[in-house]
Amino acid sequence: MMPDPRSLDQLHDELAHWEANEVASFLNKQAERRPQFFTCSGIPLKRVYTAADLADTPLADIGLPGRYPFTRGPYPTMYRSRYWTMRQIAGFGTGEDTNKRFKFLISQGQTGLSTDFDMPTLMGYDSDHPLSEGEVGREGVAVDTLADMETLFDGIDLENISVSMTINPSAWILLAMYIAIAQKRGYDLNRLSGTIQADILKEYMAQKEYIYPIAPSVRLVRDCITYCAKNMKRYNPINISGYHISEAGASPLQEAAFTLANSIVYVEEVLKTGMDVDAFAPRLAFYFVSQGDFFEEIAKFRAARRCYAKIMKNRFGATNPESMRLRFHCQTAAATLTKPQYQINIVRTAMQALSAVLGGCQSLHTNGYDEAFAIPTEDAMRMALRTQQIIAEETNVSSVIDPLGGSYYLETLTNEFEKRIFEILDEIDERGGTIKLIEDGWFQKSIADFAYDTALRKQNGDKPVIGVNKYAMPEERHNIELHPYDLTTAVRQIARTQGVRRRRDSRKVELLLDKLVDVARDESQNIMPVTIDLVREGATMGDVVERLKTVWGTYRENPVF
Amino acid sequence: MAAPIRILLAKVGLDGHDRGVRIVARALRDAGMDVIYSGLHRTPDEVVTVAIQEDVDILGVSLLSGAHMTVFPKIFERLRQQGADDMIVVAGGVMPDEDVAALKAMGVKEILLQDTLPQVIVDTLRRLVAERGPR
Repeated sequence: MMPDPRSLDQLHDELAHWEANEVASFLNKQAERRPQFFTCSGIPLKRVYTAADLADTPLADIGLPGRYPFTRGPYPTMYRSRYWTMRQIAGFGTGEDTNKRFKFLISQGQTGLSTDFDMPTLMGYDSDHPLSEGEVGREGVAVDTLADMETLFDGIDLENISVSMTINPSAWILLAMYIAIAQKRGYDLNRLSGTIQADILKEYMAQKEYIYPIAPSVRLVRDCITYCAKNMKRYNPINISGYHISEAGASPLQEAAFTLANSIVYVEEVLKTGMDVDAFAPRLAFYFVSQGDFFEEIAKFRAARRCYAKIMKNRFGATNPESMRLRFHCQTAAATLTKPQYQINIVRTAMQALSAVLGGCQSLHTNGYDEAFAIPTEDAMRMALRTQQIIAEETNVSSVIDPLGGSYYLETLTNEFEKRIFEILDEIDERGGTIKLIEDGWFQKSIADFAYDTALRKQNGDKPVIGVNKYAMPEERHNIELHPYDLTTAVRQIARTQGVRRRRDSRKVELLLDKLVDVARDESQNIMPVTIDLVREGATMGDVVERLKTVWGTYRENPVF
Repeated sequence: MAAPIRILLAKVGLDGHDRGVRIVARALRDAGMDVIYSGLHRTPDEVVTVAIQEDVDILGVSLLSGAHMTVFPKIFERLRQQGADDMIVVAGGVMPDEDVAALKAMGVKEILLQDTLPQVIVDTLRRLVAERGPR
């Protein structure tokens, strides 16, 4: 920020004097709590930050909101024009069950929808597949056919609410169903807003929901991106996600760096089709966690925006500022929630939500206090939503953009994050690139190392977890009402899927599945149109996924620990 | 010196949450145990077959998807069929209190929930093997 050299010299003198006098005399009386302080990622922290720390920071790197490099936010007015989208995720049971929860959340003031699918849907199995037993509708909603999807969004105006779908290896099939519904209802595809997660690379790294080998899986992502760029101007065809990398145990720094590494692969893949970077990059969206280290998280969000802007401009030659603008959904950190003294999860979540807002998120999910037990109840979701509403409407933090911008500490940490992110990206390039390193297990090992270190630090008390390794109370009986699992779910779900199979024209479906195989074998084609035809004719997700396994095979990771 | 405790850690079904199981694997290895990790998406049959072939003392199954009440009965059924019902079976992950009681009744020796400290897991497994006595 370039204070004049004379005053900088004065500042250095004053700091040295302060260390030698006030600080030294206090330390004589009492040592500090630790010999050295660090962020969660392990970045060493000074006692205090001053203008001297920002002397070399170009003012242009901090910049202004809505302007390159977007450190201070993707938009010029941010929450002064519209609060972030309050987007609580929901999903359990059948389409009917989740549809009711959606309507409840909308009635409570939620402004966007977000859908969790059950394990079989996430992994591409129909509800009556043997591997689905015990899992149908348990961790999310079960979707096998277009009929399920129609029930899920029954009575909800999809032109006027954005819908996020947390789905990865089978994402393109759900996108096809979403498009088929929209066409059936006569919507304009260019007016639909929302997203599929569709970030397959972080699945191999962290969340471990994958079906096919890496190359065809990335091709499916490419097809979603190019299809949406041409047909759905407002739709985000991907949410490049750090959340799961973090939940698998990575540090905030690893989360940010690995997520950007994945974004580079997707951009490269689409560029190979000959599409111009500015034709699709403006709709690439991101998804980060908000962890417990308050300032480090805010620095992470700001640094991620700045790094992405520089990558898109310098590495890919984007010219449209919208291609350089990182927009992200945020979720508070589920892995920080505890079962003991579970009510304190409300406080944790509120703190994490505040750093997401101060970091400039575009939409936010706050976790339910009961999520260390089961998927959340209505009561827990209402509390979580009210937490966001208090931040938005009572605290007044939303009236000024990037209110912590210019803080000596925050700007220094943002710079440090940027520097370290680029170092990691360089290392990935030098070691042969993201896909090779996934195959080598390099990311998986880096994440596992940090996760193990965290577990040991919780054990030795170096990392306090209130209610667990500090201020623990004798074993409590949990007097908490939990979300029940309805044992009739699987029966109801399977009945509908089998009904669809009986009613459809099987010859038509069979012909389309043959065509699907041809399209899959020809990399120059886009898989979306034939998939849309398939779901419209009553093909199940399992039909599509299984047929493609005959072409591509499946992926199995080499387990490392 | 007694032979090291041998344990198979397994992920069964569609559940991909493997942060916990990999931490446990390292902690047990660091404590001197022989650890085999199955990797993801195994069936109960595969897991029991490997546990018997590898002659492990303990079969540890990690589940965070809520499917434990479906998976564990299948594991015990398979162990019985193979005449290996004396194998020590432990569970790890996220399981509600009422299921913990049901799992114990089914024969699961210990249920190690999320946030269990690594050292507690090591101590628990040593105790279970000591209680079983030499084979």
